[in-house]
Amino acid sequence: MAGLLTVVFDGVAYGMLLFLFSVGLSVTLGLMRFINLAHGAFGMVGGYVAVTLLNGFGVPFLLILPIAFILTGLFGAAAEKAMIRHVYRMPELQQVLFSIGFAFAAGAVANILFGPQQQPMILPSWLTVQVSVLGLDVTAYRLFLIGSGLLVGLLVIGLFNYTLYGAKVRAAVDLRRTAEGIGINVDRLFLVTFSLGAAFAGLGGALAVGFLGLDPTFPLKYLVIVLMVVAIGGPGSIVGSFLAALGLGVTDALFKYLVPEVGGFVIYALLVIMMVFFPKGIMERSA
Amino acid sequence: MRVTPEAGIGVVLLVAAVAAFFLFPGYLALLSTIFILAIFALSYDLLQGHAGVVSLGHAVFFGIGAYASALLGRHGIAEPIVCLLLSTLASALVAGVLTRIVVVGNDLTRLLVTLGVGFLFFEAANQANWLTGGADGMPDFEVAPILGLFPFDFLGRTAYFYTLAVLVLVYAAMLRITRSAFGLALRGIRENTMRMHAIGAPVSRHLALAYIMAGACAGAAGALLAQTSRFVSLDMLGFERSADVVVITALGGTGSIPGVVLAAAVFGYLKDALSSFSPKYWQLGIGLVLMASVFVLRQGLAGLFNVFRTGDRE
Repeated sequence: MAGLLTVVFDGVAYGMLLFLFSVGLSVTLGLMRFINLAHGAFGMVGGYVAVTLLNGFGVPFLLILPIAFILTGLFGAAAEKAMIRHVYRMPELQQVLFSIGFAFAAGAVANILFGPQQQPMILPSWLTVQVSVLGLDVTAYRLFLIGSGLLVGLLVIGLFNYTLYGAKVRAAVDLRRTAEGIGINVDRLFLVTFSLGAAFAGLGGALAVGFLGLDPTFPLKYLVIVLMVVAIGGPGSIVGSFLAALGLGVTDALFKYLVPEVGGFVIYALLVIMMVFFPKGIMERSA
Repeated sequence: MRVTPEAGIGVVLLVAAVAAFFLFPGYLALLSTIFILAIFALSYDLLQGHAGVVSLGHAVFFGIGAYASALLGRHGIAEPIVCLLLSTLASALVAGVLTRIVVVGNDLTRLLVTLGVGFLFFEAANQANWLTGGADGMPDFEVAPILGLFPFDFLGRTAYFYTLAVLVLVYAAMLRITRSAFGLALRGIRENTMRMHAIGAPVSRHLALAYIMAGACAGAAGALLAQTSRFVSLDMLGFERSADVVVITALGGTGSIPGVVLAAAVFGYLKDALSSFSPKYWQLGIGLVLMASVFVLRQGLAGLFNVFRTGDRE
């Protein structure tokens, strides 16, 4: 029983990371219908920033998180300004080609710079202690992941539901042309949203290194599950993404623990079933 | 049948391929790999180039053809042509079952479903160790001489002519299909699905048929690779193989049959040359080329053929 609870706990932590990876993609997909298969690359950038700062320069872990957030956000903004804004008006095939190319190139650059091996992450000692929660022994790191995931989730939901910026994004997701008609600069909105999305993915990547590992295959490895979160949650829906990420994380962890023989493909079967029966996701729109 | 520019270029490509046999006798194995890649790319081109259905899991059929061929060989059906036909049939059947879930939905869900199906088959083949050998692959199956006459030799001569013959057949078949009324209907669906619905065309049935044809053809390519390399492994239905054909089709110029064959040749050669030199630079190169192709090479290599064209397309 305790084992099962630990697995659920791991699944929740995994789900939080998935949410961070995918929230930006969900909004940009809903906003511009831009199919970005390279979103995982931003998570990877955040991860490498964190590893370099922590292992190379000994920067404290808590300081690394905002740095990874900002640097990845800037990287995302640069990519959007330089290339991506020219791609999102193209047909979907071109978007797929471009973003697969981006994912390949990002992985290869990471491979050239850092080598193909898993990156070690030396966690600070306060994150490695065992903590007892409801009679359950878990590492402080998992707790920290869940805590940060919840905090960011609440922040993002607040940002999109209770600010003018969020209202603009929701309006543009709903009906882009009308939103432009009342004077919302959707292109600029997209730049900001894209960069924010990249920044959140980078934060997720920095948090995830000690939990999921980090190597140059990262953008492709998490491509499917991140797209799944978005598709199942419904593009453009923050709450949907959150629920989908949590559900997928726990489902994946549970099946891998309970039935390891089939655990690997339960989530893929789930994706196919969901897409066939709920092609618009669980929350059609409520950004 | 009128001699079309595509058929003319096909003859030129065939002459080039045969010339390569005499010019590069040490590279026959690479040449047959390239022919197989071209067959696989042509199968995907029918789907994406002509019908406009983007799939990220086309390697599923390639893998099924390969595994079917290996399993048949292990159970005593070792004649390559019989094996090839049966594997093609197996892939067509799987495509027929899967077509229900591919034809539904919009482009995004279709992308996700094909991606999901691809990973599903990959994981299934990985777990079914007793059948597929899992991550170790399947080296233990028999391949008899073709028609009992031509054994596969070490130099790869038999493999070369065998794969080239199949490529020529597939090339001709693709020309015939895309020139037919059915091919025109597929192009109509690609250009404007709603209008095709409106004129009463059976859109779902056309798409299903195209999907089954593409699946069957990809299965034939997989079976050929299994027979000529005498080895089947998980990467034959992996995501990277699916991505390969998406790339080749795009570089070749979506919908252009000779362009796709030429792109397969270039891609196959560069992949062989660069990945033995350094896989990471190959990946970087292909990534950059893909990103650039979206901006500068919208027509793909087929743009090169436009000088020969009568201008009846697009």
